[in-house]
Amino acid sequence: MQEFLNDIIPNVMSKLPTFYQSIWDTLTMAGWSGVISFILGLMLGVTATVTKPGGILQNKAIYQCLDKVINFFRSIPFVILLAGLMPLSRLIMGTAIGVEGAIVPLVFGTVPFYSRQIENALAEVDYGLIEAAQSMGSGPLEIIFRVYLRESIPSIARGTTITAISLIGLTAMAGVVGAGGLGDFAIRYGHDRNQTDVTYVTVIVLVLMVSVIQLIGNYIAKKNTH
Amino acid sequence: MIELIHISKTFESGLDQVEAVRDVTIHINHEEIYGIIGFSGAGKSTLVRCINLLEPPTEGTVTVDGEELTRLNGKDLWAARKKIGMIFQHFNLMRSRTVFGNVAYPLRNSGLSKKEIEEKVRELLKLVDIADKETSYPSQLSGGQKQRVAIARALANDPKVILCDEATSALDPQTTSAILQLLKKLNNQLGITVVVITHEMSVVKEICDRVAVMEKGRVVEEGEVFSIFASPQQPITREFIRSTSSLQKIDKLLAEKSPVVELKGNELIVRLTYVQKSVSEPLISTVSRKFDIDLNIIFSDVEIVQNAPIGGTVAIISGEREEITAAMEYLTQKNVGVEVITDARISE
Repeated sequence: MQEFLNDIIPNVMSKLPTFYQSIWDTLTMAGWSGVISFILGLMLGVTATVTKPGGILQNKAIYQCLDKVINFFRSIPFVILLAGLMPLSRLIMGTAIGVEGAIVPLVFGTVPFYSRQIENALAEVDYGLIEAAQSMGSGPLEIIFRVYLRESIPSIARGTTITAISLIGLTAMAGVVGAGGLGDFAIRYGHDRNQTDVTYVTVIVLVLMVSVIQLIGNYIAKKNTH
Repeated sequence: MIELIHISKTFESGLDQVEAVRDVTIHINHEEIYGIIGFSGAGKSTLVRCINLLEPPTEGTVTVDGEELTRLNGKDLWAARKKIGMIFQHFNLMRSRTVFGNVAYPLRNSGLSKKEIEEKVRELLKLVDIADKETSYPSQLSGGQKQRVAIARALANDPKVILCDEATSALDPQTTSAILQLLKKLNNQLGITVVVITHEMSVVKEICDRVAVMEKGRVVEEGEVFSIFASPQQPITREFIRSTSSLQKIDKLLAEKSPVVELKGNELIVRLTYVQKSVSEPLISTVSRKFDIDLNIIFSDVEIVQNAPIGGTVAIISGEREEITAAMEYLTQKNVGVEVITDARISE
């Protein structure tokens, strides 16, 4: 087995520790920024939904601000975010480079996209249900947790899957700030040194990661659809 | 029980203003089934939402069971709403919860223990006759079953009032009837005041005690269902009543010159209608015996509304002219509305 692998992917086998490290880097970057984005995105998506005109806590000022800020950050290409947010990164994380340095820009790149996904998911909840909950004496918080979020679990799961997959894509660019990860690994060896087997193996690993995420997402969505 | 006083509701969308409800004042009695009928856009759905303040009225006050809701805010209003159940045209059940979960939804934080909630939900499901569907999801139920679950859910906090917003409009006639009977049962057994919004006169006829007719945001006519049916005042009310009665078909037959309504020299077509609650005598046969005339019934449409017959008969009367005139006078004395539609002698 060992020999066979040495034969077909010699360049990967010769730097296994680096390869493992880059997988780990990708996972930590995606994991940390994923968790933070999940929470922030949910909060912003819910806020946008309820403050929208006609929403249960409609508030034009908050909604307009939120809408503009989300659009603003969505328009910035991620590579520019990476560089542009370095000062902020340094302020929050204490460093602007490495895996830690990548988390702040990854969150900024993901949250606006994710909160739109949440907004779309919540928009699918029939307004009649909100009315019914109100008629039963539910207050806004109860409606958010027991109706909006609960009823849209399948759509939220789908939106989260899409976001998680695009987040993995973004981590590939994090090499720009020296964060490592699979994308960086593939560029550095596979492309720059023309070790094509490195590229292929990286792609296979990424495909596996994406498939697992998709499987989990589909499972949650299916389990909560009645 | 429910007092709506000078209620107006205006929606503003940009520069446009839509006056959905204009100065409506209604008193709904305790343990009454009150109907509000109107065509789509008449403002009836907005009006019913003003009762539990899902749509806060722009002007006017709402009082339910002695409490002025228009003064309440936040938590007090939410608490007051628990005593006003509401059911909807499209049921509005939560798809992610089972039948049990849907009915249990409003019971959270009600002070009941988990076990008490379970008992309460089972009892409610039994009351609406759907106990066997406890673990089903709404998507597995038929329309009628969904509405039963919605009714159980609306009853969870022992409300004194239940508002029905077109609750039977998405159901077939048979299911409609079953749901209406259920509402009537709840009204009888539990003494719940029921407000029914509908665009179908048949719904009003089947269960309501009193009815308000709405047009363009205003209540144009209000009264006991029987008297509304017997002597409608407004054109729109007549239109609604016509939609449930076959007595108007005579006009169509006449226009088509159908052989059924071809008259001989001494005949005339009359429409006899019940206008008061007292009629219970076998009038047609009495008249025919007493006055030596023949009555050939073309249409008859008599229904029981509020325990009294309503509707009437379209018939061809033939006989001596004096006898016919006397018979018609006799019927008028007996509180039957007599209307001559065509008279063969005059039309000749």
